[in-house]
Amino acid sequence: MAQELMASDERGVAPTEGRGDAMRRAFTPAVDIFERGGTTVIMADMPGVAPDDLDVTLERRVLTLRGTVKPHAPKGYRRLSSEYREGDYVRVFSLSEDIDQKQINAEFTNGVLRLELPHAAAAKPRKISVKAA
Amino acid sequence: MLQTAFFPLSYSDPFAEMRRMQSAMNRLLDGARQPGLAAIYPAVNFWAGEDSIVMTAELPGLTVQDIELTVKDMMLSIRVTYPEPETGDDITWHRHERADGSLLRSLELPFRVDPEHIDARFQNGILTVEMQRPEDDKPKHIQIK
Repeated sequence: MAQELMASDERGVAPTEGRGDAMRRAFTPAVDIFERGGTTVIMADMPGVAPDDLDVTLERRVLTLRGTVKPHAPKGYRRLSSEYREGDYVRVFSLSEDIDQKQINAEFTNGVLRLELPHAAAAKPRKISVKAA
Repeated sequence: MLQTAFFPLSYSDPFAEMRRMQSAMNRLLDGARQPGLAAIYPAVNFWAGEDSIVMTAELPGLTVQDIELTVKDMMLSIRVTYPEPETGDDITWHRHERADGSLLRSLELPFRVDPEHIDARFQNGILTVEMQRPEDDKPKHIQIK
């Protein structure tokens, strides 16, 4: 199970850190999180992020997903109408299980990050046999 | 008088509590909305050029095969079908915020576009469609003698 950290003060918009960069917005990416066979799978929508501009860190049990968007305004065009805004993506989760760091699998296709986080062996339930005295 | 939170009804305004309840309710319902999902979907941005227009849309998780674009005169239609979320008895869901299902959106363009000169690209979950105004539809400059 993954618990979300960092409460966003505006819906869908996470507070940005970093000074001098106050105008940049960071959005909360929509995520799917499920568990299957001792592996937590997290899928996060980060459209507009190039695979190289993605930053995923796991420190102890805190997982940070960060995607940087390069503004991609079409050349020679001026903005006519906007229904969505471009900006970076940040989302932080606190995981309830220890993750086997060597087995983490991360993929980024068509603007979606897919993270497979296998639980460490110690986190899996272990049967303890009780010997009769 | 010192106002404290313990006597919310001691306000002289009888509707204060009602308004507070209403805003609390709104906050509650607001929270039920999934982040990332706009009320209109897919959300699109338009960009204007000299005699052309560009539409961009965020469609993460789709492939080119999942997007169907049709254009007729001044109407552009986008039909998208999201891949089925993973299923199975051994799956325990914790969060499901990403879009699924299929949807259709029709948009009216500011002018007629030439269906032969449409350039559509899909990269990193962003669809970009560049459309040109047909030659016979372009405004003509008239020489004044």
